[in-house]
Amino acid sequence: MNSVLDWLAALGRAGLGALARLGRGHVLLLGILAGIGPLLRRPKLLLYQLHSVGVLSVLIIAVSGIFVGMVLGLQGHYILSRFGAEATLGVMVAASLVRELGPVVTALLFAGRAGSALTAEIGLMKATEQLSGLEMMAVNPVYRVLTPRFLAGFLSMPLLAAMFSALGVYGGWFVGVGLLGVDDGTYWSQMQAKIDLEEDIYNGVIKSLVFGFVCSWIAIFQGYDCVPTSEGVSRATTKTVVHSALAVLGLDFVLTALMFGK
Amino acid sequence: MEILVGAFVAVGFLALFFLAMRVSNLGAVTVGDGYQITARFQNVGGLKVRAPVSMGGVPLGKVIGIHFDPKSFDAVVTMEIDRKFDQIPDDTYAKIYTAGLLGEQYVGLEPGGSEQNLQGGSELRLTQSALVLEEVIGQFLFSKAQEGSKSAEGGK
Repeated sequence: MNSVLDWLAALGRAGLGALARLGRGHVLLLGILAGIGPLLRRPKLLLYQLHSVGVLSVLIIAVSGIFVGMVLGLQGHYILSRFGAEATLGVMVAASLVRELGPVVTALLFAGRAGSALTAEIGLMKATEQLSGLEMMAVNPVYRVLTPRFLAGFLSMPLLAAMFSALGVYGGWFVGVGLLGVDDGTYWSQMQAKIDLEEDIYNGVIKSLVFGFVCSWIAIFQGYDCVPTSEGVSRATTKTVVHSALAVLGLDFVLTALMFGK
Repeated sequence: MEILVGAFVAVGFLALFFLAMRVSNLGAVTVGDGYQITARFQNVGGLKVRAPVSMGGVPLGKVIGIHFDPKSFDAVVTMEIDRKFDQIPDDTYAKIYTAGLLGEQYVGLEPGGSEQNLQGGSELRLTQSALVLEEVIGQFLFSKAQEGSKSAEGGK
């Protein structure tokens, strides 16, 4: 009897804990967004974070973009040449990159590269009581530490996704046109004829903005909300990557259904 | 660091610009400011909204709407033609073509000889429906069968 009650109590505690985290996450988000106004008076803070979140992620994004594009070129050519439709290789590569792979893979890499670093940094600041120190000096740690990081992640993501897609298109071009002999003009003209600015490119940018928002939010919340011990920080970092990946993949389905599922 | 961030933002926007200009159809036909004409077809086949409208192979505009007229049972195709091309005779002939054997369908215009030009809201009266592959194959088989029966009669 007692064990059943204990089990029920544990279930309730876990459920209430999840709800409380959800609530804290949204309250924190409001605080972060309220800090955007004060941040405009100190743009240097945003600049530093754009460097550590955006610039330092460029390399992995660029290399992944090129290789994903090359694989798409290779696989696409293999399948399309069976139907004698190599001419549409450019469309296939560009559409899959701009619509799906660009935003999604960039977001996953971003969560692993920048999101985990944000969580670990903020978690360690909390564990070493730097955030409390800021508060003692009457500096709002949410405005001073979290808002610039959030905004940097949100702004970097669409730029990184655009780089990923653009380099991927060139990767597919290198394999398709350079190695497998698809006609250069056909590759580009078919792509331009079929890829629509609004339906494909704008929607891809909207996706990456949403992913940037969610990934940065998750990373910062996990860091700010972590148990301030070394174990807590490591758990929070893991959670950031797992939650970001799940959120990105789930949201991608919802966004795709909203945008393309007429 | 400032330089790196500046370069990052610049490269990011350059990539977006590349996607918009080089990858998408922005560089191709952009009809923002054009006039609308309609044409009635018995069958539009697989024509889609945003399919190109071209004359002599040069795109002049795009299809912006396909509707069904419940009175005459025709398909009414609304097209937007770029303002630059305002010298098209009003007895122009519209036909639905297929780009390649399995390609997408588009509206091809062939100019007539009228002195009057098309204006916003005018309707093309001379049209020819899309080629439906099944019908063509059916006609071909039918005529082959007829030929066969004729030659069998001749041999008697």
